[in-house]
Amino acid sequence: MIATLAFYVFALILLVSAAMVVTARNPVHSVLFLIMAFFNAAALFLIAGAEFLAMILVIVYVGAVAVLFLFVVMMLDVNFAELREGYQRYAPVGAAVGAVLFVELLMVLGGWHFAPDAASLRLGQIPAGVSNTDALGRVLYTDYVLLFQLAGLVLLVAMIGAIVLTLRDRKTSRHQDIGRQTARSAATSLRMVTVAIGAGVAPGDILRPQPEAPLTPPEPVGGGAGHGGPHHAAEIR
Amino acid sequence: MGFGEGLLHLLLVVVQALALLVPLLIGVAYLTYAERKVLAAIQLRKGPNVVGPFGLWQPFADAIKMLMKETIIPAGSNRLLFLMAPMLTFGLAMIAWAVIPVNDGWAIADINVGVLYLFAISSLGVYGIIIAGWASNSKYAFLGAMRSAAQMVSYEVSMGFVMVSVLLCVGSLNLNDVVMAQRHVWFAIPLFPMFVVFFISTLAETNRAPFDLPEGESEIVAGFFVEYSAMAFALFFLGEYANMILMSTMTSILFLGGWLSPVGFLPSGPGWLVLKIVVVLFMFLWVRATFPRFRYDQLMRLGWKVFLPFSLAWLVLTAGVLLAMGWLPHGA
Repeated sequence: MIATLAFYVFALILLVSAAMVVTARNPVHSVLFLIMAFFNAAALFLIAGAEFLAMILVIVYVGAVAVLFLFVVMMLDVNFAELREGYQRYAPVGAAVGAVLFVELLMVLGGWHFAPDAASLRLGQIPAGVSNTDALGRVLYTDYVLLFQLAGLVLLVAMIGAIVLTLRDRKTSRHQDIGRQTARSAATSLRMVTVAIGAGVAPGDILRPQPEAPLTPPEPVGGGAGHGGPHHAAEIR
Repeated sequence: MGFGEGLLHLLLVVVQALALLVPLLIGVAYLTYAERKVLAAIQLRKGPNVVGPFGLWQPFADAIKMLMKETIIPAGSNRLLFLMAPMLTFGLAMIAWAVIPVNDGWAIADINVGVLYLFAISSLGVYGIIIAGWASNSKYAFLGAMRSAAQMVSYEVSMGFVMVSVLLCVGSLNLNDVVMAQRHVWFAIPLFPMFVVFFISTLAETNRAPFDLPEGESEIVAGFFVEYSAMAFALFFLGEYANMILMSTMTSILFLGGWLSPVGFLPSGPGWLVLKIVVVLFMFLWVRATFPRFRYDQLMRLGWKVFLPFSLAWLVLTAGVLLAMGWLPHGA
């Protein structure tokens, strides 16, 4: 009795939040309603006894996919007045697309036939001692391993394609090469030289203009022994 | 189950939850105190020592201060989401405890997919932060939220692989079974590299130093909670510490043998779990006092180019060794 009640509560919230996804004015609210819909769908899975699917739904869709949705949608600069502007003009087009889809759905459902033994499978006993994680694993990795691997391969190709299409390595961007950094040592990166004052290491090294005449040495401040004038002159830029 | 029996069962669950959450909240309060004391000791200071003996009433003084302050809601913010975000953060940090076993069979909900439940809840933590950043309607908060979202999603991936390699050795998703599989040897020993990856990922997942870029007080003031004050801020703060405890508990259960006694002649019990949690928490504080903050590109590089390939390779290696030696656990 409680399970039935819980089912209707979750199903109702699921439908309401699914409707809110498409009707909410603010796109961020839409994504948040979508997350709520995912949660309620996970709860329905739990009621149906599919705890593995429920958790995976939350991990994959709520924990990763919806985060990325939210990430993108939050950065949109939505102008609500502008959104409303086109409503009148595009309403007939939207209604037409909706009507076509509705008719198509009706046609599909009209020609729907259950496989002859589907009903008996649905009522079949769940084998004892097999958790649904176990059962899913057997189906995916034992019975249909080839199809599963092929689907994975298709996704991999799609992912690489998306990366290749969008990756632009600007030649001006700077990258940190950690291997090179850690391979550096004092021997390869330091050169000890003794430089005459004002001369520079190599000709043309000195970028600052040389003073015409030697500056007057500043007054030695208490204990400034050894702070000769030329030293200071070299430091003035 | 009759109505009376159901009510009794409900009452029992409430009592169990309180028995777990009240010590947890006290633990959270004293973790803030411990953090200040440990940081102080490492930096050769005294830390809080004025309120009560050794400053032990400091957490309560802080709590009362937070309660007395005014909650300020910025004018341009989304009020509902602004207030929902801290509650979400704090609530998620609490509900994860439903599946944590503190002794053999002592869990509020001993479910078949406990590990997945924990992983799901910890991956939801990012919502509190993103919603806070967006609802505040502030540039700094938003930048913090963006950083946090990218960071948490990145490190979750390698955390997932680490968990899968542990689960391969267990053969079950039940947390009780995970601990019982470590009767002979803790997983931290055969899977030591995974233990290190997991620990570092938990630092990133809880936004702790050296991965505290979402807060980055030297660049974006306080990141996602810059607009929060009083109790709303306190909920974020407590949520962060509760998450630290949760992550330490996960580390203890997955790698350090949970409540199992490390020495044969002493009995196993919840005390060992608490001790292990405290040791891992100390490492959290120790790391904070030791390492400077990562730069953002370094953080992403570590997550995607180092941890992800490494944990994936180790997962394949684990599976290969288990299969070759015939050590695969069959069912549970």
